[in-house]
This record gives sequence, structure tokens and C-alpha cells, in this order.
Amino acid sequence: MNENLAGNATSAVIGATSFARRHWLWLAALTIALVLPWLFFDWTKARHAGFVVSMLSQMGIMMVFALSYNMLIGQAGLLSFGHAVFLGLGGYCTAHALNAIKDGGFWLPVELVPLVGGIGGLTFAVVFGYVATRQRATAFAMITLGIGELVAACALLFKTFFGGEGGVSTNRMAGVSLFGWSYAQSIQVYYLIVAWTVISVWLMLFLTKTPLGRMANACRDNFERAQFVGYDPRMVRFVQFSLSGFFAGIAGALYALSYEIVTYDAVAAPMSANALLMTYIGGVGVFAGPVLGAVLIVLLQSGVSLLSNSWLVYVGVLFILMVAFAPGGIAGLIFMHQPIWRARRMGRLAAPYARILAPGLLVVAGFILLVELCSFLTIGAAQGKTFKLSSLTVDPQTVGPWVIGAVLLAGGGLWLRREGRRFGAVWQAVMEEIKAVRGNA
Amino acid sequence: MEVFLVSLLNGLVYGMLLFMLASGLTLIFSMMGVLNFAHASMYMLGAYFAYDISRHIGFWPALVVAPLMCGLIGALIEMYGLRRVHKNGHVAELLFTFGLAFIIDKAVQMIWGLLPVPYRVPAALDHSLFSIYGTNFLAYRGFMLLISALMFCAIWLLLTRTRIGLVIQAALTHPEMVGALGHNVPRVFTIVFAGGSALAGLAGVIGGNYLVTEPSMAFAMGPIVFVVVVFGGLGSLPGCFIASLIMGFVQTFAVVLEYSPADLLALIGVKVTAATPLAEFLTIPLPRIGALLPYLMLVVILLFRPRGLMGTRDT
Amino acid sequence: MNEPAIRLRNVHKSFGQTQIILGISLDILRHERHAIIGPNGAGKTTLFNLISGRFPVSSGSIELDGHPIDGLPAHEINRRGLSRSFQVTSIFPRMTVFENVRCGLLWSLGYRYSFWHLLGGQRQLNEAAERLLEDVNLQGRRDVPAGLLTYAEQRALEIAITIAGGAETILLDEPTAGMSRGEADRAVALIRRVTEGKTLVMVEHDMSVVFDLADVVTVLVYGQVIATGAPAAIRASRVVQEAYLGTEVH
Repeated sequence: MNENLAGNATSAVIGATSFARRHWLWLAALTIALVLPWLFFDWTKARHAGFVVSMLSQMGIMMVFALSYNMLIGQAGLLSFGHAVFLGLGGYCTAHALNAIKDGGFWLPVELVPLVGGIGGLTFAVVFGYVATRQRATAFAMITLGIGELVAACALLFKTFFGGEGGVSTNRMAGVSLFGWSYAQSIQVYYLIVAWTVISVWLMLFLTKTPLGRMANACRDNFERAQFVGYDPRMVRFVQFSLSGFFAGIAGALYALSYEIVTYDAVAAPMSANALLMTYIGGVGVFAGPVLGAVLIVLLQSGVSLLSNSWLVYVGVLFILMVAFAPGGIAGLIFMHQPIWRARRMGRLAAPYARILAPGLLVVAGFILLVELCSFLTIGAAQGKTFKLSSLTVDPQTVGPWVIGAVLLAGGGLWLRREGRRFGAVWQAVMEEIKAVRGNA
Repeated sequence: MEVFLVSLLNGLVYGMLLFMLASGLTLIFSMMGVLNFAHASMYMLGAYFAYDISRHIGFWPALVVAPLMCGLIGALIEMYGLRRVHKNGHVAELLFTFGLAFIIDKAVQMIWGLLPVPYRVPAALDHSLFSIYGTNFLAYRGFMLLISALMFCAIWLLLTRTRIGLVIQAALTHPEMVGALGHNVPRVFTIVFAGGSALAGLAGVIGGNYLVTEPSMAFAMGPIVFVVVVFGGLGSLPGCFIASLIMGFVQTFAVVLEYSPADLLALIGVKVTAATPLAEFLTIPLPRIGALLPYLMLVVILLFRPRGLMGTRDT
Repeated sequence: MNEPAIRLRNVHKSFGQTQIILGISLDILRHERHAIIGPNGAGKTTLFNLISGRFPVSSGSIELDGHPIDGLPAHEINRRGLSRSFQVTSIFPRMTVFENVRCGLLWSLGYRYSFWHLLGGQRQLNEAAERLLEDVNLQGRRDVPAGLLTYAEQRALEIAITIAGGAETILLDEPTAGMSRGEADRAVALIRRVTEGKTLVMVEHDMSVVFDLADVVTVLVYGQVIATGAPAAIRASRVVQEAYLGTEVH
């Protein structure tokens, strides 16, 4: 009897440690997410840093949004230009639901309210998806573009559901909570967002390991072959599209809870473009790629936008570089190192990486300098701002800074090209070695 | 009646401008399979270049130089950008042009500022050509029609009378075959892309002072041009022409027709009051949803006839 | 019960003005190993495409097990028990070999569009997939992305996917194309083994494969059947020889 108990306890512990070892990265990320706001806690005033909590909340929302978008572009090969529609419509539904709860219309604890957004997103995705998924590739992209613009235009025009230009305001302190929280503090909302992000991420990961998830990949890889194993690729895409709308709707609900107002920005083209940028830069071929992309873009948006008007230029250039040189995104680049890591030859890359670091920094510095000079010359001047590098004032009207910028960019560029070639040679050599070793093994 | 005639003329002018933009895009899309998101950006650049050139030199030189500059930029994009990305597939090309449009948008904002620039109709053409029912028809509009018609003729002559034109026509409907026949397809692609960009730039030169020259003009014009291209059909320039005119008329007439779906229902005896469900949707007057119409047309045509009006291939 | 597996009645197919199939009537009996041969451009692959539903017929009828299938979408025909391979290898290149085969099994095991079954835990499915891999000798390459296999391995995978669903009627389009003598021999042995008790229709150019494997041979020239019969009879037929070699000019 005691042995049984001991045996069960041991196997439970072994199970837990093996789980932890397999999923250490996710657990580490979760821990960081839970703990991070407290690192910026203002102990003297007993208050959380509003900026940090707000930014982290947005990261959570965008993670769910980007992952839902990757269900389309990465997993099913569907390029959509109107994904914000489901985020926004989910948000509008949630806002109306919250208002209805406050008026006593029906009972739903705040913790479960994101489900309303999810169901809203799902419903609209079923309606629009039925229409859109009947087409292939480019026509599909065009239809999603058209639907996106239509919904955005409706959101501006009509007051009944969309609230017109003013949007729909709501109040998350609608009263009912399973934990007795009032959600007055943003940190409480943040933890709600974390919880729903974890749930959504887990569900979407689960989906990739189901028959539908795999067949979505198959339809992406080879539309025709999928037909000849008995599946209707249109139906596969339709179901995948609908489920993707569900999760985008959840992100929309979190958006509504976080900002307490939903306007047409939530369905408009820039938000759809955001999904595309985040997902692609993060990496469409790896499940966690969009997570990286969301974190990066929100950081750029929250952080860099404070320092510079041109953060969108940087995002755009990053995007184009990825499309041209690294279609796998950042996650893809990281995963390219996997065979080298496994073969324990990462050390060989240390020196080559160091050698491209310096010219790389010069190129980036030169580019940023030129972009900022441009920006301050026109936009900044109109807004009355001066270009300040810590204590140094840079005058865009003089020639000096422009020359410096151009030299950094051009000189750094040439140097980078040379070092880049050497890096490429080392990479090739290491990969050949690994292949040879594996061949002999 | 006067409203009808005036709108007809205005619709014609606008439609021809659209054709100038859409023809380049149809050529590029049909031949290379690339839906060039940056096409409307060329339109914008054409307008801005013309603005700068007219400020320093004059409008008439701008009419020639600005499109050439756009053509050059187009050639560079094709040779050093698209060709590189081509091997990654159509989606990658689409994303590349999308990113390009994005960057050009921001670059224009940075270089010329966020506000519209005062790109004006040249004084020589800023007078009334004739008068219809009291409404003046600006000489500049006549000029626009003239340029559009000249350009149309030039393209038609180029495509039907020159060797390169024949190759382009063939590649419009059977791109792979043309390559197999030994023509230098990459060079043809560069020429078409540069030519299309130059056309878009020309449209910008004459349209930018007629409409407005501001950083969001590419974003506003882009989707409308897509609709025209899809509506007209792939591989068909006549289809593109008809679609451009239709779109021009639709958008012009929508602004002047103060009717709403409720009026339509009233014709069959259904009365819409404030209490009717969806009342807000039904009572919206046509001019207010004018901006919606192109997208509605896009969705409808893709649903029922993805081939477009006269297309030879499915989109 | 004695109806043929596939019956074509006066099938025509034109692409625009070009007529590819000019009236073919053909019966393929159950459990038969039927080879379709003919010079290039005769329309063999087009015929396959018509039967498997990739293109619609211009006129005529096609029946599978006595039921008309012309006009049905490809996946519908597949679900009724007809499976095919492609001349140009058609697999799922970004998925592993194991997953390729598993995808071939999903519909036949009734999973449909399920998004609630965790694939890793489906014992019957995974065991069936492993068995299939062993059948085609690819179990050693189980976790390799299919796009990285050698050409012959990809052809073997293609055959595995084709038979995975348990279809009774198998269409193989040039299964040994591009293979060396040794590889082709192994492929033939594999095909013979895995199509035991099923109806097999193949398009082939390699005559030794045809005479090795086929019970019945049909010769297609310019979209028409010019001869059908046992391999030896076809080999000896003057009509066939003329079609392939041309007539003498005196």
C-alpha cells in the first residue's frame, strides 16, 4: 500500500519533470510574463508602471491575433488582407455584451467574456469564409481585401452596431467576476489577458496536431494531392478559416476589455497589415514565430515610436528584407541553426558572427541616421521638434550629418558584404561537415 | 438632365485616368502574375515628382520627366527586387510589392510632409473650355482626355505594330509559351514593368493636380485600380478599358444620385421607417456609400465571375 | 456484381479547339492489371485525368463500379474507391514521410474534418501508417521531410499515399518513369505486392514493365484505342507495330 503510494508519487514527479524538460521554453516564457510587471513596480508609490503593463497587455493581445493569422498564412497557405475584420467584430460584440451585462441583460462573469468575442469572430468568419474560401490564391487575397475595406467603411458609416466614428465604448467593471476582482486595476486585466493568451496558444497548438490541422498543411503543400486522398480542400480551408476567426475574435475581446472602446481602427487596413507584418517577420514556418513577431512589433511600436516618427519605415524595411532574404522570418533564421546546434558546432559561428556585427551596426546606424534626418527635415520641422542625440543637437539643414549618414551606410554596406561572404563560406563548410559526419554515421 | 451630362463628362475624364493606371497594372498582372501593390505608389510618385519639377522648371517638362523617373524606378524595382523574390513564388512577390508600397508611402510622408502639397493645374489650362448648362468644363479636363486618348493610341500602336508589342500580347495570355519560344522574357518583363510604372506616373502627373496630391493618395487609389483590373479581366486590355469607364461612371454618378435602398423599396410599396430593422442600412443615401461601391463590386465579381468581364484566364 | 471496375462509353475530350480524346469506349474488369500504352501525345494522361475527375469530359460517360462518376469532383471519386498517382511526383514536400502517409489514411479511417482528435494518440491510425511505410521500405526515412527524399524514394512514397486509403481501383501514371533498371525492378515488385487483389490501371512507357506486370494491354494512339488484348497478342499485332514504328515506304 505504501509502495503504491510511493510509486504513484514517483511517477507523478517523473511525469512532471519530463513535461517541464520538454516544454521548458514555454514555461520560461510564462514565468517571465507573470513576473515581469513586478520588476517595474514602483515600490515607493505601490503602483505598477502603467506603460509597462499596457505594453505587455498589448503583446498578449497581438500574440493571439498573430497566431490566429498564422493559422491562415503559415499553416493553410491562405494570404488574407482582411484579418482585422474578425478582431474588430469580436471586439464590437464583446463591447455590446459588456454593456448588456451592465444593464442587467444577461449574466456572464468577466473572465468568460472573451468567449463572446470568440463566438462573434467565429460567426462572421463562417459567413465571410464561405464566400472567400471558394477561390484560390490571388482571388482569395483580393476578396479578403474587399471584405476588409467593406467592413471598415461600414464601421465608419453606421451607428447601430459600430457606433459610427465614435465607436462603441464599454466598461469592463461590469460587476460580475469569478474571483471577486473589479478589474479596475490594469494589472488585473493583464493577468486575465495572460490567462486567455495561454489558453488560446495551447488550443491553437493543439489544433496543429489534429486531422484538420495536418490536412490544412497538406492543402497548402499540394492542393491536388489533398483531393486525391479524399479531402475537399475548400472545406478544409473553410473550417480552418472559421477557427482562425474564432481566435481573432478572442483577441478582439481582450482588446475591448483592455481599451474599453472599440472603433473602426480595430477593423481597418492598418490593423490587418499589422497582422501580416507581425506574423511574417516573426516567421510563418514555426508555430511560435508569430509570438516573436508580435513581441518585436509591439516593442517597436511602443518603444521606438516614442523616440521617432519613422518606426513604421523600419518595420517596412525589416519586412521587405525578410521577404527577399529570409522568408522564414526570425524564427526561421533561428531554426536554421538547429542542425549546427545539434552537432555542437555553434562555437564555429561565434567569430564569424562577431565579424559581421560591427559592419552590421554601422549600416543600421547610417540608415537610421538618414531616415531620421529626412523625418526631422519635414515632419519634425512642421511639429517644431529638434533632432537630439542624447545631448547633441543635430541640424538636418546642414550637410554634415547627411554625409556622415551616407558614409556609414555605404561604407558599412561594402564592409558587410565582404564579411557576409566570409560568413556564408564558413556556414557552408560547417553544414558540409555535418552532412559528411551524418553520412558516415 | 444637366446633372446627367456633367456627370457623364466628369465620369469620362475620371474613367480615362483610371484606365491609364489600370492598363499598366493589367499588363503587369497578366504577364508576370504579380499583383503589384506598388503600382498606385508610382501614381503618387509621379504626382509628387511633377509637383517638384513644376515648381522649379515648369509643368510641361514635368509631363515628360516625371513619368520617365517613375519608369526608371520601376525598372530598378523589377531588376533588383522582384527578380530576386520571384523564385520564392507569387505570394512572396505580392508581399514584396506590398512592403514596397508601405515604404514608399512612409518615405513620401517623410520627404514631402504629411499635408497635401499645392500641386496646381498650370495657368495655361486653368480656364473654362466651354459651358454646359451653366457648369464650366475646365480646359484642363479636356487636356486630360487628350493625353489619355493619345496614350491609349500609343499603346495600341505599340502592341499591334511593333515586334516587342506582339511579344507582349502573346505573353499576356501565354507567358510560359513565350519563354519557350526563345524570347528574352526577363527583358520583356522589365520593359513591361517599367512601362507600366511610367504610365502610372503619367497618370499621377495629370491626375495629381486634378484630384489632390497627398501621402494617402496611393492608399486611396490603389484598391480602386485593383477592382478595375479584376473587373476587366486578366489578359484583356479592352476589358480593362470598359471596366475603367464603368468604374468612372459609377463613382461619379454615385455622388450625385441622392437615393437609398429605402427609395428602391418604396418603389415596390415597402415603406421603411425608423422602427424597421436595419433601418440605418436601408436609409443610407448613395453618395455616402460611394467609397464602398468599388469593394462591393470587387467581392461580387470575384464571387460570380472570377474571370472578370473579358478575361482570358481566371484570377 | 460482374460489372467492370471502370467503364468508359464514347468519351470525348477537347481543350478549346483541340480534340485530345476522340471517342474511347473501354472496360476495365475487376482485379485486372491493365496497362495503357501509346506514343507521346496519345492522350494517356488525359484519360487518367478524366477518369479521376481532374477534368470534366466533353461528352460520353464514365462509370466506376457501375455508378456514373463523370462530372463528380475529384475528392468524391476518390472516396468511392478510386485512387491515383501522378506522372510528376505529387506529395506533401514540407511534411515528413510518416505524416504524408498518415494524411493518406485519415479520410478512410473516418476522421473527416476533426479538430478534436490528437493525432499522436490515435493508435490504429499510427500503426497503419507504420505498416504502410514498411510495405514500401521507407520506415528508415520516417521523419525526413518528403521534399528531401531521393527521386525513387519519392515515387515509392507516392505509391504508399496512393494505396493508403484502401481504394479498390488504383491508377498509376508512369510509376517507373526516370528510374534505373534496378529501381524499376524493385518498383515493379512493390506494385505487384501492394496491388494484390485490387484493380490496377497503369500508364507505362517501359515495355518490360508492361509485359512483366500487365494482364491486359490497351494501345492508345491520337486519342483513340487501336487495340486491346493480352500482352503477347499486342506485341505481335501489326496494327500496333505500325502505330509505333510507322509503315514502310516502298
